[in-house]
Amino acid sequence: MSETRAPNPRDAVITGIGLVSCLGAGLDAHWEALNRPGGFQPVVDAERFAPFTVHPMVPLELDRQIPKKGDQRQMEAWQRIGTYAAGLALDDAGVKGNAELLGRMDMIVAAGGGERDYAVDGAILSALPHAANPEALLNERLMNELRPTLFLAQLSNLLAGNISIVHGVAGSSRTFMGEEPSGTDAVRIACARIAAGQGECFLVGGSYNTERPDILLQYAMGRLLWRREYAPVWRRQADGGGLVLGSVGCFLVIESRAHAAARGARASAHIAAITSDRCRREPGQASANAARQLAAVRPRLAAGSSAVISGASGAPGPTTEEESFLQELGLPVRATATALGHSMEPSLPANLALAAMAVSRGRLFGPLEAAEAPMEGELQQVLVTSWGHWRGEGMALVEAA
Amino acid sequence: MAGSDRDSKSRPVVVVTGMGVLTSLGAGQADNWGALTGGRSGLRRISRFPTDGLRTTVAGTVDFVPTEEATAAELTEKLAGMVIEEAIAESGIGSKGDFPGPLMLAVPPVEMDWPQRRALAAASGANETVTYEDLLRAAESGDFSRWYRRFLFASVGENLADRFGTKGSPVATSTACASGATAIQLGVEAIRRGEAEAALCVGTDASVTQEALIRFSLLSALSTRNDPPAAAARPFSKDRDGFVMAEGAGALVLESLAHARARGARILGVVEGCGEKADGFHRTRSSPDGRPIIACLREALEDAGAAPETVGYVNAHGTGTPENDKMEWLGVSAVFGERAGAIPISSNKSMIGHTLTAAGAVEAVFTLLAMQHGRLPPTINYEIPDPALPVDCVPNVARDAQVTRAVSNSFGFGGQNVTLVLGAAPG
Repeated sequence: MSETRAPNPRDAVITGIGLVSCLGAGLDAHWEALNRPGGFQPVVDAERFAPFTVHPMVPLELDRQIPKKGDQRQMEAWQRIGTYAAGLALDDAGVKGNAELLGRMDMIVAAGGGERDYAVDGAILSALPHAANPEALLNERLMNELRPTLFLAQLSNLLAGNISIVHGVAGSSRTFMGEEPSGTDAVRIACARIAAGQGECFLVGGSYNTERPDILLQYAMGRLLWRREYAPVWRRQADGGGLVLGSVGCFLVIESRAHAAARGARASAHIAAITSDRCRREPGQASANAARQLAAVRPRLAAGSSAVISGASGAPGPTTEEESFLQELGLPVRATATALGHSMEPSLPANLALAAMAVSRGRLFGPLEAAEAPMEGELQQVLVTSWGHWRGEGMALVEAA
Repeated sequence: MAGSDRDSKSRPVVVVTGMGVLTSLGAGQADNWGALTGGRSGLRRISRFPTDGLRTTVAGTVDFVPTEEATAAELTEKLAGMVIEEAIAESGIGSKGDFPGPLMLAVPPVEMDWPQRRALAAASGANETVTYEDLLRAAESGDFSRWYRRFLFASVGENLADRFGTKGSPVATSTACASGATAIQLGVEAIRRGEAEAALCVGTDASVTQEALIRFSLLSALSTRNDPPAAAARPFSKDRDGFVMAEGAGALVLESLAHARARGARILGVVEGCGEKADGFHRTRSSPDGRPIIACLREALEDAGAAPETVGYVNAHGTGTPENDKMEWLGVSAVFGERAGAIPISSNKSMIGHTLTAAGAVEAVFTLLAMQHGRLPPTINYEIPDPALPVDCVPNVARDAQVTRAVSNSFGFGGQNVTLVLGAAPG
C-alpha cells in the first residue's frame, strides 16, 4: 500500500512545459512520435558526423519564439534552442507577456557552453605550424578574426541572459554548469526553494546542441561515442555501449501549488520528490546512492500504476549498473536517450517533461526497444532517474497533479 | 537579537566561521590584507604568454602556483583548493576530507585551451589544412581521456568534492561576474531552509589565457592603460577606461549560528541578507534607469531586515569601466539617498583587478576582514574625481572605521546582479 498525502500548498507543480528535440517541438509532437503505431522509430542522422550518429534538432520556426532577427543573430544554436523552448514553456503556462509575473519569476538554467568558430580555429591551427612566432600569430589571428560578440554566444550564463532579454524573465537568473547533475540540481533547488517559501514561480531547464564538432570532440577524447550502426540504449550495451548524443531544449514552469491555484493555472504534474547525490563511481556506489533515493520515496510509490523513465546515457559503466538496479524494481522502464539522444544538461528536465506528459495523460508511452516491457494499465507515478555519464546520481518522483 | 539563533524573519542566522583568499597579491588572508590596506597593486605585465599585437598587456595573474598542464581549469581548481584549505583550517569544521555540508562553487565555464587543440592537430598528422574532422580523428587515435575529464564542466567541482568530502552534489554556478556572490547565496539559502548546517562557498577563476583576454578586449571592456600596470585599474576616476582581468579565489565556510555555537567555533561575521535581480535590457549593458541594480540592493537589505541607514560601508563591484561605475553609483545613490556620498564605497579591483567568477567571494572575504580589522581598504589610482560620481571611494589610503554592517555588490554580463549584506561578528 502506498501512503496518500493531501495536496500541500507548498508542493512544486509543473504548469508549463517547453520541449524540443529530434522528435518535434512541443508535447503533442513528442507524444505522437513516442506512440507511433507499429513501434518506435528513431530520428537519427548518421551521415553528417560519421562515424558518429546524432539525433538532430527538428527545424524550429524561430520567429515564433524569438521575434527579433537581431536577437536570433546574437545567439548560437544552443541559445536559440533554449530560448525557443523557454518560450514554449511560458506559453504553455499561460504567462507569456505577463510582465508582472515574469518580472518576479526566478530562473535556474543548466548550461554548458557555446560553439566555437570552426573556420577560425581551423585556419589558425593550419597556420600555426608554419609560423615563425606561433604565439604572436595566435594573438593576431584571434584579435582579427574572432567575432566580437561570439563570446556572448559562448558564455554559459548567456542562455539565461537571452531568456531575460527575449521573454522578460527577470526575477532572478542563475546558471548551473556540469553536465547531467546540473540539470538535476537546477530542478532540485527550485523545488526546495518552493517548499521552503524561498520562491513561488520558477523557470527551470536547459538546452543542448549536439550537432557540433567541438562537443563530439570532447566525448571522442573520452572514447565514449557510439560509432556503430544506431542501436537503442540497452541493446548498445552488448556491444560495449556508448553515447548517441541528441540536441534537446527543455524548460519547465514550476510553481507552488498555492501560486498556481491563485492564478488559476492548471498543473500537469507534481514533482513529489527530487534528490541528487554523487560518488566516485566505484562499482556499486551509484546503485547505493540510487537505493537510498528510492528508499525515501518508496512509501509513496503505488505498485501497479508506476513506471520508470530512465536517463541512462548509454555510457557503458553506469548504464549497465543502472540496468541491474532497475531490473530489481520490476517496473516498466523507458530509456529516453534512445528517442531523444543523450543531452547532458537538459536530460533530466526533458525526462521530467515526458513524465509529466505521461502522468497527465494517465498512460506510459510504448516501449522504445525490445528490452522494454509494455504497460497497459493506468499510470499515476513516474520515477525519473538521471545518472550522469561520468558523475552524479539523481532521482525524481513525478505524480499526477 | 543576542542569544537568538534565528534572525528577524525566524530563519537560522548564517555565520562565517572560516575564510580563505588568494589573489595576485599573494596567498592567504594575512598577505592579502596587508597588501590591500597598504594600497599595493597586484597587477602586472602579462608574462604567461606573449602579448604581441594585444591592446591590453596587463592582468592580475597568479603566477606563483605551479601547474602540470597549464590549463585554465587546472589552475582554477588549484586556487580553489588552496583557499578551501585556509578556510576549513580557520573554521576547524569537520575533519580532513570530510566537510559536513555541500559545495557551492563559482567557477568559470570550462573549455579546452589552445595547447590541447594544437596537440590534437599535431596528432592528426594533417598537413596543410586542419579541420575539426582531423581533430576528431586524432581524439580517437590516442589516449586523451585525461583531457576529456579535465574539460568536463563538472570536473572542478567533482574533484574538489572528492578531495574535501563535501556532501551531496556539488553545485557549479556561473552568473558571470556575480558568480562568487551567487555561490554564497546558494549556501545561505540551503542553511536557512534547514537542508544543511554548513556550506562551503567558493569562487575561483584563473582564466587569463590569450583567447579569454582577447574576448574581453574585443568587447572593449578592458583597460588599455598598460603603463604602469599598477595604474591600469581606476574605479570611479574620471579617466577610468576599463577593467583589468585578474585571477584569484575566495572561500567561506558558512554555518548556522546554532551549529557554530554548539561546536564553539569563532564567528567571523554574519551573512545577513542576499538580493538578486535579472536585467533583460541588454547582453552587456545595464538598464539605463538602473532599476534592476536598485531592486537588487533593496532586496538584499529587505532580506537582511536592515534599513539603508545602518550600512556603514559598500564594497563596490567597481570594475573601473565607464559604464559599471556610473550604473553602480546610480543604484547606490537611489537606495541610500542623500547619505550615499557619505558612505565609504571602495573598490578592491583597483588593486587586485577583476577576478571575474571569483570576485563575489574574494570581495566578500575582504568586506568581512574590513569589519573584523576596523579598517577600510582604499580605492587606489583615484587621481581625477569624476564629477558625475560624487563618491567617497576611500581614495588611495586605507581608513580606520568601525563598521558593523556592509554591502558587497556584484554585477555581471547577461543581466546578473547580486548584493550581499554582511554583518560584523556579534560583539
